[in-house]
Amino acid sequence: MHRYRFVLLRPLQFLPVLFGISVITFVLVRLIPGDPARMLLGTRATASALERIRAQYGLDESIWVQYLYFLKNLFAGEMGKSIVFKTDVLKLIGTRIEPTLVLVIGSVALAILIAVPMATIAARNRGRIPDQVVRVVSTLGLGTPPFWLALMLMIVFSVKLDLLPVSGYGRTLPEKAAHMVLPCLTIALSLSAVLTRSLRASLIAQITSDQATAARARGLSEGTVFWRHVMPNAIVPTLNLLAVNVGWLIGGTVIVESVFAIPGMGQLLIRGIFSRDYMVVQGVAMCFAVATVLVNFLADILTVAADPRVKL
Amino acid sequence: MTDPVLSVQGLSVETRDGVRLVDDLSFDLAPGEILGLVGESGSGKTVACRALMRLLPEPALRIADGRVALMGQDLVTLSEARMRGIRGRQLGMIFQNPTAHLDPVMRIGDQIAEAVRLHEGASRTDARARAVEALRQVGIPDPEARAGSYAHEFSGGMRQRAMIAIALACNPKVLIADEPTTALDVTVQAQILRLLMDLRDRQGVSIILITHDLGVVAQTCDSIAVLYAGRLCERGPKRGVLGAPAHRYTAGLIRCQPTSAGGEGMLDTIEGQPPAVSAMPKGCRFHPRCGAVIAVCNTHQPEQTARGPGHIAACHNPVADAAMTVSV
Ligand SMILES: Nc1ncnc2c1ncn2[C@@H]1O[C@H](COP(=O)(O)OP(=O)(O)O)[C@@H](O)[C@H]1O
Ligand SMILES: [Mg+2]
Repeated sequence: MHRYRFVLLRPLQFLPVLFGISVITFVLVRLIPGDPARMLLGTRATASALERIRAQYGLDESIWVQYLYFLKNLFAGEMGKSIVFKTDVLKLIGTRIEPTLVLVIGSVALAILIAVPMATIAARNRGRIPDQVVRVVSTLGLGTPPFWLALMLMIVFSVKLDLLPVSGYGRTLPEKAAHMVLPCLTIALSLSAVLTRSLRASLIAQITSDQATAARARGLSEGTVFWRHVMPNAIVPTLNLLAVNVGWLIGGTVIVESVFAIPGMGQLLIRGIFSRDYMVVQGVAMCFAVATVLVNFLADILTVAADPRVKL
Repeated sequence: MTDPVLSVQGLSVETRDGVRLVDDLSFDLAPGEILGLVGESGSGKTVACRALMRLLPEPALRIADGRVALMGQDLVTLSEARMRGIRGRQLGMIFQNPTAHLDPVMRIGDQIAEAVRLHEGASRTDARARAVEALRQVGIPDPEARAGSYAHEFSGGMRQRAMIAIALACNPKVLIADEPTTALDVTVQAQILRLLMDLRDRQGVSIILITHDLGVVAQTCDSIAVLYAGRLCERGPKRGVLGAPAHRYTAGLIRCQPTSAGGEGMLDTIEGQPPAVSAMPKGCRFHPRCGAVIAVCNTHQPEQTARGPGHIAACHNPVADAAMTVSV
């Protein structure tokens, strides 16, 4: 089981990575032009009111001191207080995390459900009409910007057909599910295009591989060769592509949450940026960074599980 | 004489453009016989044995003509479903590059058990036991543990043994071995050849051993078929063909062997290159490289003529009898 030893060791490497990310988010947020206190109080605020707000949130300290506070908070498991919402950033994120998680997991699951059959059909009929159709569909998926796709889906399924709600999130489980269909579909359609292309290429390479020929020479049918020897060998590169794309995926959720007015972390991030709510932006960015690191860690574990040759 | 297990008659393989990569190949394989199929690389050995297995990369290549009778049953006209029942069960195949031909993400034992379960409907535990037994047969130490290993955990020689175990798990009548030792180093080569001969002795399997190495043939085979540019030049018992080659190409190959008596320190070579498949010469395909061309060689393909018991050659101007003697 020594191949899985990295599962214990790798988290040690996370610490410097997360430290670097904390520096970058902290600095980037403060590079946005504008002053949080003025954004909060408006243009006619008095100098003393502005001072009071700045002092309250520690914004009058030097940037080094501010960063040390930020770090100290992180170690205490806190992310400071939102200037706009006047609540703990971590609590704020807690109330916003569910729709975002549902959106990410739902759209990845949906993308896989679309990509695997599409790539299978294309690879097993390569050069023929089904392959051409898949190529056209995935090119469309790659070329269509998510925000436009979101609007089109909304117009067709919500406005014209009146099948699904236009926007928002809802309270009960069925309500939430109905609200998440189109947002998940928006991301899944783009993501599945990328996955389909990658998987199709690996499948074709494996269908014509020597090990598949050897499996046929054992008398296995084409279908058995495909599911038992071709797919298991082709899936790993696509799995890693999915992990690489998780950054893009998070960017996508931010856009999609805005378009569908979903009260998730993406929406929180955008509000935070517009109101220069430094603590919120830092907090959400840190969460996204941690998520990216964790997803790649998970992908490594899956890769080791799927391919016995891999040692990390 | 016993009936052959495998009888190939006039087998031809064509590309989509009608180029004949294998042209009119015929040979018989007796029970327990090891036939060496010899030829330079590109002479169509792999294409020929894929044709026997009906594993040509269609539609790029197809069987254009011929019969492949396995115990009287013609494989060329068999449905794909019936053919699948033959592959792995009656006809086993092993390949030049064991690393590429093993599934890297499936345990070796499972790859063996797969064929047993498919062809014999064995239960999971029975198939597993058979896999361990097959590994033991091919001389893999500690087969119980090794059945759970992956290909990359084996050495090159062990991988080839594992491939042989896969091919022989269902006790096929015929084993087609496509250059099984080319990718291995010399000491391992000898072990694998020894193993193939043992398996023939113990299980009575007939073997088509494809090689470009006459030394391998001399050590291992009972009979030889020499292929040049997709055509059979000469075929017969090992002693006849190596001892008294009739075809000029066979004679040339023997002179090129480092171990041959004619070598005397300096290695002979056959001048020139084999023809490109798209530009086959008229007449005898070997004549541009032949040192004994007569007029008819340029215009007419030579017919196969008998040279001795079971020994035939297709040459217009064959080597005179006893012109060469080679210690075999
Ligand atoms: N799929 C294919 N399409 C066209 N030509 C092929 C194909 N496979 C092999 N050939 C040609 O057939 C000839 C014989 O190849 P091969 O049987 O692999 O030779 P050998 O095994 O004797 O080295 C070569 O000239 C090769 O270029
Ligand atoms: Mg070959």
